[in-house]
Amino acid sequence: MSNTQNQNEQLQNNLSFEENYIDENIIADKSSKTKEFIKKFMKRKTAVVAFVVMVFLLIIAIAGPSLAPYDPAAYDYDNLLAGPSAEHWFGTDQFGRDIFSRILAGAPLTLGVSLSSVIVGAALGTVLGLLAGYYGGWLEMLVMRGADVLFSFPDILLAIAIVAILGPGIVNVFIAVAVFTVPSFARIMRSATLAVKNSLYVEVARSLGCKDGRLLFVHIFPGTIQSLIVNFTMRIGSAIMAASSLSFLGFGANVTDPEWGAMLSQSRSYLTTAPHMVYLPGLVIFVTVLAFNLFGDGLRDTLDPKIK
Amino acid sequence: MGRYIVKRLLQTIPLMLVISIFVFMFIHLLPGDPARTLAGVEATPEEVEAIREEFGLNDPLIVQYIDYMKDLFRGDMGRSLKSNIPVTELILSRFKFTIQLVFAGLIWAPVVGIFIGVICAIKRGTWIDLGGMLFAITGLSAPGFWLGLMGIQIFSVNLGWLPSGGLDSWKSLILPSIVMGTGIMATLARYSRSSMLETLREDYVRTARAKGQKESIVMFRHAFKNSLIQVVTILGLQIGGLLSGSVITETIFSIPGMGRLLVDSIAYRDYPTIQGLLMIFALQYVLINLIVDVLYGVINPKIRYD
Amino acid sequence: MSQEVLLKVKDLRTEFFSSKKSSVTAVHNISFDIYKGEILGLVGESGCGKSVTSLSIMQLLKDTPGKVTNGEIVFDGVDLLKASDAEIRDIRGGKMSMIFQEPMSSLNPSMRIDKQMIEGIRLHTKMSKEEARNHAAEMLKKVGIPDPQRVLKNYPHQLSGGMSQRVMIAMAMSCDPKLLIADEPTTALDVTIQAQILDLMKKIQKEEGSSILLITHDLGVVAEMCSRVIVMYAGKIVEEAPVEVLFNNPTHPYTQGLIASVPKLGSGVKVLPSIPGSVPDLASMPQGCRFAPRCKYATEKCRTQEPDLVVVGENQRCRCWLKQEG
Repeated sequence: MSNTQNQNEQLQNNLSFEENYIDENIIADKSSKTKEFIKKFMKRKTAVVAFVVMVFLLIIAIAGPSLAPYDPAAYDYDNLLAGPSAEHWFGTDQFGRDIFSRILAGAPLTLGVSLSSVIVGAALGTVLGLLAGYYGGWLEMLVMRGADVLFSFPDILLAIAIVAILGPGIVNVFIAVAVFTVPSFARIMRSATLAVKNSLYVEVARSLGCKDGRLLFVHIFPGTIQSLIVNFTMRIGSAIMAASSLSFLGFGANVTDPEWGAMLSQSRSYLTTAPHMVYLPGLVIFVTVLAFNLFGDGLRDTLDPKIK
Repeated sequence: MGRYIVKRLLQTIPLMLVISIFVFMFIHLLPGDPARTLAGVEATPEEVEAIREEFGLNDPLIVQYIDYMKDLFRGDMGRSLKSNIPVTELILSRFKFTIQLVFAGLIWAPVVGIFIGVICAIKRGTWIDLGGMLFAITGLSAPGFWLGLMGIQIFSVNLGWLPSGGLDSWKSLILPSIVMGTGIMATLARYSRSSMLETLREDYVRTARAKGQKESIVMFRHAFKNSLIQVVTILGLQIGGLLSGSVITETIFSIPGMGRLLVDSIAYRDYPTIQGLLMIFALQYVLINLIVDVLYGVINPKIRYD
Repeated sequence: MSQEVLLKVKDLRTEFFSSKKSSVTAVHNISFDIYKGEILGLVGESGCGKSVTSLSIMQLLKDTPGKVTNGEIVFDGVDLLKASDAEIRDIRGGKMSMIFQEPMSSLNPSMRIDKQMIEGIRLHTKMSKEEARNHAAEMLKKVGIPDPQRVLKNYPHQLSGGMSQRVMIAMAMSCDPKLLIADEPTTALDVTIQAQILDLMKKIQKEEGSSILLITHDLGVVAEMCSRVIVMYAGKIVEEAPVEVLFNNPTHPYTQGLIASVPKLGSGVKVLPSIPGSVPDLASMPQGCRFAPRCKYATEKCRTQEPDLVVVGENQRCRCWLKQEG
C-alpha cells in the first residue's frame, strides 16, 4: 500500500517536474522568439523606416494640436491661398489658415477615427471568425453568409451605404469604417482558426479533455495571432483611405474641421490657383497610408515569409 | 463543368435574396418614420399619409417585402424624391458612364499589374523586383481622389493636354481610367508576384526544366499559366473595387454616372434612389463574381473535368 | 571488370546561401563514377545531401538558394559545370533525364499528358507532332499503361500516384537517356505500387541498357535494384561498395547501423536496433568525423580529426579511422 502511494507521489513529482520544465522552455522560447523577430525585422530596412514614420505620425496624432505653429482655425486675410514659404511650410488656405497647423490639428481626427474603427471592427470580426471557425454549423453559415452580403458592397461602397443609412458625421464615419472592417477579419480569422483547430497540438489538448472556452482562447487564439496582427496593420491603411474618402465625398467630418480628406474636398475649388492645397494634405494621407502598408508588409514577411 | 456552373448559380440565389432583404430593410433601418423619410422634410401630413398609402407602409413587413420584390422583378424601383423620375430610368441613364469607366480601368490595369508582378517574381531580389514592388505599394497607398486632382492639375490645368472632366471623347477617359485602375493594378502586381513565386517552387516547373525546356518557355507555359489560375480568383473582388472606385472618380471628374448619382442622392436623402443604386451595385458585384468563377472553372482543368 | 565511365563526379561541392556571405555546405566534395549500364544506389538519411547531389548533377538548383561551388561533373565527355545553358538543356531530358519523389505534383496540372510528353520528345528529336504523339503512346504502353490513348488525353489530377509515376518514367525514358536519375521514385507511393514501379524501372533499364542513379533511403530497394551503392552521411560519402559486399561486409559503423535497422524476414528479432541521435545540422558540423557523436566505437581521434575516404577492399571505400589503423 505504502509502496503504491510512494510510486504515486513519485509520479506526481515527475509530472510536476515535467510541467515546470516545459513551462520554462516555453518562456525561454518566447523571449528568444521575440528577439529573433526583432532581429529579422530590423533587416527589412523599408519596414523599419515605415515603422519610424508610423511612430512619428502616432506621436503627432497625440501631441499634434499643441505642436501647431499657428492656431489652425485663425483666419488671416493678408495671407489667402499663399504657397509654401518659411512662415507657412504648407502654405495657407482660402481663409489664410496655416495648412501645416491644420494637418497637425487634424491628425488626431483622421488617425483617431481610422485606428479606433479598425480596433472595434477587428475585435468584432475576430470574435465572429473565431466562433465561426471553431463551432462551425449554423453559426459559421450565418457569419460567412453575412460576410458575403457585406462583401457584395465592395470596398468603400459598404462604408458609403452605412453612412447613407446613418447620415453624415464623423461618428457615423467611425461606425461605417468599423463595419467595413468586420467582414475581412471574420473571413481571415475563420480560416486561420480552421487551420489551427485541425493542428496536432489542439487535437492533443482536446483529447486531454480541454473545455471549449479554454481550447478556443488558450490554444487556438494564440495560433491565429500572426494573421490577426498582419491583417490589422494592413487594414489601418485601408481604414485611413476609407475615412478620408468619405470625408472627401462630404459624408464625414464637418467641412470646417481639419480632417485630411475634408481639407482636400475643400481645396478642389482652388486647384488652379492654389494647387498646394491639394498636393500637401494629399501627400500626408499618402505617406501615412504608405507607412502603415509598408510596416504591414514587413511584419508579414517577418512573421511568415511563406504568405507573400 | 456544367454542374459546377449550376452549383454556382444556385449559390447566388440565396445571396441575392439576403441582399434584397438587406436593401429592403434599408428604409426601415433609418431613424424615424419611413413615410416621413420618403416624403421628404417639407412634406405636409397629407403628403406623408399619401406616401404611406402608396408604399403600403401600413402593411406587415413581410407583405411589404413581397410587394417590393414583385416591383423589383418588374423593374420598378419607385420614383426619385428629387426629380420624380422613376429610379430605374434614372439609373439606366447613368449606367453607361460608370460602365465606360470600369472598362477604362479594366483595359490596362490587370494586364500591367500581372506583368509587373510576374517580372518581379522572375527577377526576385534584384532592383527590378524592388522597384516594381515599391511602385505597387505606392499605387496601393495613393488615395484616388488625390491622384485624380493632381492629374487634373498637371495634365489639364498646367499642360492643357487632357480635359479636366466630363466624358465627351476618349481623351477625357484617360485621367479617370488612371484613377480607376491604379489600385487594381497595384493589388494584382503584388498578388501575381506572390502567386508566381509560389508556382516557381512547384515540382512541375522543375520537371519542365528537367525536360531541357528553355527558361522562357518554362516561365510562360509552365509557371505563368498556372499562377494565372490563382490570380483569376481575386479578380472578382478587384472589379468590385472598381465599381466602388467609380464613386470617387465620378465625383472628381464630374461624370454623371451611378457613383455620382449615389453621392448626390445621399446628400439629398433621396432614399428610393439610394435603395435602387445599392441593389444595382450589389447585383453587379454578384454577377461579376459569378462570371469570374465560371472563368476560373474554364481555365482550371481540375474543375473543368470533374 | 572493365567498365566504361558514363558520369564522373569529382570534388562536387554544393552550398546553400542564406545571404551573399553566409552559406551551409550540403554536399561536401564528393567524388564518384557511374558506369554504363549499371544501377548505382545513393543512400542515406534525409538531409544527408543525396537529393542535392542529384539536383546538382542535373543543374536544377535554379530557384533554390543552392549553388555548385566546386568540382567537376563530366557526363559522356562533357563537363556540365563548364557547359553553356544551351548544351545543358540539350542533355537534360535527352541523354540524361530524371524522375522525382512526388509524381503527382511533378506533372503540370493545367496541361494534358500528351502535351507534356510531346513537349519533351520534340525538344530532343526531329519528330513531328503526330510522330511524337505516337511515340508517347508507345512509351506509355512500355511502362505498362493499358490504354495509352485515354491517359494521353487526361489531365494529371485524373491519374493516381502510381499512374503518374509511370507517366513520369515514360516521359523520362522517351528520348533514350543514357542516364536516368531517380530521386526517391517510390517513396510517395503505396507499398504494392512501389514494387511494380521498381520492377518496371529494372525492366526498362535492362531493355535500353541505360544507367540509373537511384536515390533512396530504403536499403531494401537498394538490395533489390542496385549493383553498387554509395552511402552518404552529412554531405559526405562514408562508404562505397558493390551491393553484396555492402550487405555482407559493411565496414563503416553508419552503414552497419543502417543495415542492422532493416527488418529481416524470419530473423525473429522483435526490436530493431536504431542509430541513436540524428543527422547533425548542416550549419554546425561536429569537428572530426561527422558520425562520431552517434558512433559507439568513436575514439578521441574520431572526435578531433576527420578521416579520409580510403580503399579498404576490392571496389570498396570507407571513411573511418577504425579501418585505416587496424
